[in-house]
Amino acid sequence: MWIKKRRPWDLPESEITDHKTYLNRRKFIEGAIGVAALSVMPFGRINAAKGEDFEALSSSAFSTDERLTSFESITTYNNFYEFGTDKSAPSALAADFPDPAKPWQITVDGECDNPGVFDYQEFIQPYTLEERIYRLRCVEGWSMVIPWVGFELSEVLKKAQPNSRAKFVEFTTLYDPEQMPGQRRRVLQWPYKEGLRIDEAMHPLTILAVGLYGKMMPGQNGAPIRLVVPWKYGFKSIKSIVRIRFTEKMPLTAWVESAPHEYGFYSNVNPGVNHPRWSQRRERRIGELLKRETLMFNGYGEYVAEMYSGMDLRKFF
Amino acid sequence: MRLAYSKALVFSLALLPFCWLVYGLLTDQLGANPIESLTRDTGLWALRFLLITLCISPLCWLTGMSYWLRYRRMLGLFAFFYACLHMLLYLGLDQFFDIAEIIRDIKERPFITVGFINFLLLLPLAFTSSNAMIKRLGGRRWRQLHRLSYLAALTACLHFLMLVKADTRQPLIYILLLAILLVWRLIHYRRRLSAPAS
Repeated sequence: MWIKKRRPWDLPESEITDHKTYLNRRKFIEGAIGVAALSVMPFGRINAAKGEDFEALSSSAFSTDERLTSFESITTYNNFYEFGTDKSAPSALAADFPDPAKPWQITVDGECDNPGVFDYQEFIQPYTLEERIYRLRCVEGWSMVIPWVGFELSEVLKKAQPNSRAKFVEFTTLYDPEQMPGQRRRVLQWPYKEGLRIDEAMHPLTILAVGLYGKMMPGQNGAPIRLVVPWKYGFKSIKSIVRIRFTEKMPLTAWVESAPHEYGFYSNVNPGVNHPRWSQRRERRIGELLKRETLMFNGYGEYVAEMYSGMDLRKFF
Repeated sequence: MRLAYSKALVFSLALLPFCWLVYGLLTDQLGANPIESLTRDTGLWALRFLLITLCISPLCWLTGMSYWLRYRRMLGLFAFFYACLHMLLYLGLDQFFDIAEIIRDIKERPFITVGFINFLLLLPLAFTSSNAMIKRLGGRRWRQLHRLSYLAALTACLHFLMLVKADTRQPLIYILLLAILLVWRLIHYRRRLSAPAS
C-alpha cells in the first residue's frame, strides 16, 4: 500500500494563502506598479532610512528562528566575483547595480512548452512574496542567517511547462563588464552559470529571492533577483539571474568548470565530505567567535535527504 | 640620526600594522568576519616582512653600503612576530587548541602542511638571531643556517597561493617579488665567484 508521507510543506491550501496575505500581494503589486510608474528606476538604491520596501510579508514554516545575521554583515561581506574577489568589493561597487537605464529581462526557455522573455516586474508580478529565514553556508566555512523575501522557484517552472526532456535547470547571471567590473578579468568563465536537478529546482525550499530584511535586493546580494538553495553551498545560489533554461543534460556550472576536482554539481552542504583544501566539518557563523558544527544538508536534511537516497554523496559531491 | 633613534623608528614602523589591527579590532573596523581579517593580515605581514628582510642584501649591493645590515635582524624578527600571531590565531580561534584536530588538519590539508613547515623553518632562524648564538655557531655556519630564510619565503608564498580560490593575482605578485630577490642573489654570487680574487 502506498502511504503518502505528510511533509512540513503539505499544508492545506487555506493555511498557506490566507486572505490577508492575498491582499498584501495585491498591495505589493500596486505599490510596485506605482513606483515603476513614478520613476524610470524600477530598483531604487537601498536606503535603510526609507524603511521596508515590502510590507507585511507572510512568514514561512520553513523559516528558522535562529538569530539573524545583521543587515550590515549581510550587505558588506559578499562573494560576488562579478564585482571583484574581495569580500568588500561588491558592497563598494554594486550600490547602484543594476543600472536603472538598462531594463532587467529574464528569459525562460529550453525544454519547455511555454517559454518567454519577461521584464522584471512582469516576471515577479504573479507570485506572492513571503519571508524565508534561511541559513546560508558558504563553501569557505562561514555562515549567516538571512531573512530573504521571495517565492518558490517551482511556481515559475510550472508556468513554463517543462517537457519530458527537462531533467535539469540552468541559471545564468548577467554578463555586462560595464556594470560588473569583475567580469573584465577572467577569474571564472563569464557569465556565471549554475544548475539544479529538476527535483531540486522544484523543491519547496528552493526560492527566487527579490529582497532581504524586507528591502529590495541590494546589488551586492544579487539584485534584482537571485536563487536561494539553502541546503547547498552558497555559490549554488546564483545571483542577478537573466536566464532560466530547462536542459536534458547536466549543466556545466561555473565552479565545476573552474576547478572540477574541488567543486561538484551537487555541492550539498556536507560536513563529511571535505573540500580538498579545507575541512567542512565546522563553520564560523558571522558574528560569533567560535566555530560551530556544520549540519548535514545545512540542517535541512529532513526536507531534502530523500532526494539523494541511494546516491554516494562522496562521489556526487 | 643616531643608530638608537633610527632603530627605534624602524621598530615603530614595523609595529604599525599590529597597532592598526588591534585598533581595528577594538573599534569594529575589520568587517563582518574580523577573525578571518586578522588571520589573513597577520599572515600577509609575516610574508611581507620576510620579503623586506630579503631586500636588505640587495640594498647593500646597490648602495655599496653595509649600513642596512643593522636593521635586518629586527625586520626578520618582525616577520617571526607576525607569523606567531598568525599561527596563534589559527590554533586558538580556528581550531580552539584541539590538538587532534590540528594534527589532522596539518596532515590532510596541503596548504596547512606548507604553512606549518614554514613556521618550523622560522623557528631556528628566530632562536639563533642573538649575538651570542651567532658567536656560538660561528659566522659561516650561522650564514648557512640562515639561508633557510629563502625556503621560508618560498613556502610562505606557496601557502598563500594554495589557499586562494580562483583569483591568484595577489600571491603571484609576491612570488614574482621573491623570484626577483632570489635571481638577484644568484647573479650576484655567480659574478663574485667568477670575478678574479682581489
